[in-house]
Amino acid sequence: MSERAGWPLWEIFVRPKRGLSHVHAGSLHAPDAEMALRNARDLYTRRGEGVSLWVVRAADITASSPQERGAFFDPADDKVYRHPTFYDIPADVEYL
Amino acid sequence: MYGTDFGPDDAAGTGPRPPAPDEPLNAADAGIFDDLLEHDLRIEPRDEMPEAYRSTLVRQIAQHAHSEIIGMQPEGNWITRAPSLRRKAILIAKVQDEAGHGLYLYSAAETLGVDRADLLDRLHRGTQKYSTIFNYPTLTWADVGAIGWLVDGAAIMNQVPLCRCSYGPYARAMIRVCKEESFHQRQGFELLWTMCRGTDAQKAMAQDALDRWWWPALMMFGPPDTGEAATGGHTAQSMAWGIKRFSNDDLRQRFVDMTVPQAEKLGLRMPDPDLAWNAESGHWEHGPIDWGEFRRVLGGDGACNAQRLAHRVRAHEDGAWVREAAVAYAAKHADGRSRRRGSAA
Repeated sequence: MSERAGWPLWEIFVRPKRGLSHVHAGSLHAPDAEMALRNARDLYTRRGEGVSLWVVRAADITASSPQERGAFFDPADDKVYRHPTFYDIPADVEYL
Repeated sequence: MYGTDFGPDDAAGTGPRPPAPDEPLNAADAGIFDDLLEHDLRIEPRDEMPEAYRSTLVRQIAQHAHSEIIGMQPEGNWITRAPSLRRKAILIAKVQDEAGHGLYLYSAAETLGVDRADLLDRLHRGTQKYSTIFNYPTLTWADVGAIGWLVDGAAIMNQVPLCRCSYGPYARAMIRVCKEESFHQRQGFELLWTMCRGTDAQKAMAQDALDRWWWPALMMFGPPDTGEAATGGHTAQSMAWGIKRFSNDDLRQRFVDMTVPQAEKLGLRMPDPDLAWNAESGHWEHGPIDWGEFRRVLGGDGACNAQRLAHRVRAHEDGAWVREAAVAYAAKHADGRSRRRGSAA
């Protein structure tokens, strides 16, 4: 069986140290989750880069579409009142 | 181990397959590509991009990936004969890094809608290139030092600017590679530094390695592409696209300026009678490079072209049973899991 037919793509997430979230590091091909995890250990944490790994089948990820980027994210653009700098506060009021 | 574009693939009609229908690579609003480039922002996999930009990247990243994995061979040749356990452990770690760098790069290429297996097929058929440097033989242990010092040194010079390449996945792969590569260069220099302080025979061996690797290392930056030569190659377009940040000649000059004082420190003589300091420009000027040799090696006539490719193909074929077993195991395991899940439901 060829690699093409048999080995799905996995996305690899590494937690660099306790207290930090897992961050996307890259991807690799592997026949199953266990092998993906072992290969990710060898490929992405050869120098102590992580204390925990997630492997996720790339096919299982649902991503926002670049086509709909505008319609999807623009609604947040005109809501400036969600930011603290929007508000007029007297300059001599402290701790606000 | 490097990122020079070695020119077009050899066979026509082997271009990358078009993106799968569910991966709209060119789907974003028109004009965004130029806009992103103008603001020095990164292009990401599903952004709109010109087909020529995509195919240039596929070619360059594939050549780069092939160079990494073919680059395992000249040094791998010395693993069993490393002179101490320390040197052996270092060399194994370095060769393993090169395999890893190849995998990062194949992954980056795949984000452009090509398949790693297809790229490997093209390497094995000899239709896609890799760096000419790996078609030179590693004759002595000192060559392992010369490769680390000069070949990885030249590679770093090429790859650091690629960390700011306009294509996000390539740039991110390069950041990882550059972090790991600095150990490669330092271990090579240290190896030669050790030999140069050893016996006369050891120092002579180090000099011989420098004599053989210096010119091929300068060729790693590719043919001249400034002045008149700039119109001939891919450089102008690649620079406009933010794939390339400096010309081949600029990078080569930086490498020479960096390396000459290091050779002096080692007490080795550069094999270039024309090498001279130009106080006015503040640069070391080197003699003419034999581009005829470069083209011959690129065209297949290097000392090891056939050997490198045959070894690569054999390794791939010999490993087929492992890949098949892994797939069979995964399939059997998946059946078991779904049965267990089924019975629990």
